[in-house]
Amino acid sequence: MSTTTTRGVAQPAPAKASPARPRRGLRGNPTFNFWLFTGPFLIGLVIFVFVPIVWSIWLSFFDARFTVTPSKFIGLDNYKSMLTNSNFTGSLVTFTVFAALIVPLTWALSLGLAMLVHRLRFMRAFFRSVFFLPTAVSYVAAALIWKMSIFTGVRFGLMNTVLGWFGVENIAYLSDPNPPWYWLVIVTVRLWLQSGFYMILFLAALQNIPAELYEAAAIDGAKPGWQTFRYITLPQLRATSTAVILLLLVAAYQAFDEFYNIVTTKATWGQTPLMVLYKTALGENQDYGAGSAGAVILTLLICLVTLLQGKFMGFGRGEDSK
Amino acid sequence: MTTTAPQVGKERRKKRGGVLGNTGLYVGVSVAALLFLLPFYLILRNSLSTDPEITGENWKLLPSFQWGNISELFDDPTVDFARSMWNSTVIAVSMTIGTLLICSLAGYGLARIPYKHANKVFYVVLVTLMVPTAVTFVPSFVLVSSLGWIDTYRGLIIPGLFSGFTCFLFRQYFLGFPKELEEAARVDGLGYWGAYWRIVVPNSLNFFAAMATITFISGWNAFLWPLVIGQDPSSWTVQVALSSFTTNQTVNFHLIFMATAISILPLLFVFLFLQRWLVQGIAQTGIKG
Repeated sequence: MSTTTTRGVAQPAPAKASPARPRRGLRGNPTFNFWLFTGPFLIGLVIFVFVPIVWSIWLSFFDARFTVTPSKFIGLDNYKSMLTNSNFTGSLVTFTVFAALIVPLTWALSLGLAMLVHRLRFMRAFFRSVFFLPTAVSYVAAALIWKMSIFTGVRFGLMNTVLGWFGVENIAYLSDPNPPWYWLVIVTVRLWLQSGFYMILFLAALQNIPAELYEAAAIDGAKPGWQTFRYITLPQLRATSTAVILLLLVAAYQAFDEFYNIVTTKATWGQTPLMVLYKTALGENQDYGAGSAGAVILTLLICLVTLLQGKFMGFGRGEDSK
Repeated sequence: MTTTAPQVGKERRKKRGGVLGNTGLYVGVSVAALLFLLPFYLILRNSLSTDPEITGENWKLLPSFQWGNISELFDDPTVDFARSMWNSTVIAVSMTIGTLLICSLAGYGLARIPYKHANKVFYVVLVTLMVPTAVTFVPSFVLVSSLGWIDTYRGLIIPGLFSGFTCFLFRQYFLGFPKELEEAARVDGLGYWGAYWRIVVPNSLNFFAAMATITFISGWNAFLWPLVIGQDPSSWTVQVALSSFTTNQTVNFHLIFMATAISILPLLFVFLFLQRWLVQGIAQTGIKG
């Protein structure tokens, strides 16, 4: 990005141009103005983010069923009960499988679409719009289409109709977790919804790769296609790829909407961590203590994953390479 | 970088591609496009069908265009769909205005006002990016319910206004805002507040439009929070109402698809009119690092 042009260069010049003004900044006290600008946001952040976090940690050490002002301190019992709760541990497995499927698939599809659109010479804006359009659709709406039109387990469902042409029997995608066909439904709906968004990020990055690199590679005898992709495009997209993978992971970890509407909370399979927390804290038992303990465990896990990813992929190093 | 280099690259690519490779490219991209458009077609087709046309064996490409489905949906006594559309509109619009106002001010303060502890404050904001908002929903729900905000617009809107991510994006944007324009404000004797409203905002309308679009989309499409807070059907958003169709046994297929189609319509309009800004905004949000 060309944002580094003015800083450091432009500053001394105006100071010389207007020697009458001793102060270099705008009129007014910076400290007062800083709090005037950031104050409303920070107050809201404290009330609606930090207070809940602290409250959550506090609640997680108490027996807080049906109450938010608990009196019975129970130490780590909530943590123990969550970690031995098969629904919760199962949801961690679900999340891991989901992330292992959706992150590489979305990465590959959005990069592939970006490279296709990038190579187009006419109608580029049209195709870009088509792939980007699903971003406008909510997970709830998309889940309804997937569940009730494409992947209904009966004869009239689109997928089963198409498979029927090839003599394949009806597949019950969502009523039977064995074999786990529901992954096909869950993964394709999210692929459709989010790939266009990440395609835009890759398109922007592709446009920033200097053409000389490809020239030089051609002179060095690199064949266009796989070789230039492997040795030029991919390394040049490293910063974007890292950011995309991080965003995808965080998004996968927060998955709720499509699971809630496709799998439903009644099922014993395919529950994401957030669905289990929703049921624990806001279901019949209203166990705020256990729900909070689960939230704390999840937060620690996502921090760990983020840090590990940063270590392996060098998050933040991308800025130096520019 | 020389100015001719990109053109040379284009020339080279043209020669390399050839007619055959180009046809293949367009065939491939068209197939992908059809797959991406298929769900939109299904919504439209099913929403204008009768139930037997959706669930029957004789599947036709075109529906019988039951325009009456629209009025039937809005007259349906089981779900007050008009009310939920109105709720979503109020919520998404107020969230967009509120978030833009609060987060852009904070982003500007963090990026451009020389206060010695500004970096420390920025780290406080960064920390909230690490903790996904969805994880705090249990204690947030507890907080909002103890404020008595369940089933109210306040409860649905206000907690969503303080987005660390939006503030972060605005800060990144303002860091790249040309300093010369603020120098002009200084010469005119403006303070921070005046410079912000009279110089910075009018020169950043593209980015504001992009952020407005993104915020509006996420406000309109939000599900978990409205599901938790909107317990009474009169405070349901359109997404919660849609979701209720899946659990409601009596509702008909054609109504579900008509509701889905109508719920998507406002965002499709937003997309068609604001797409240029949206794409630019997403590309320049600084996500690429």
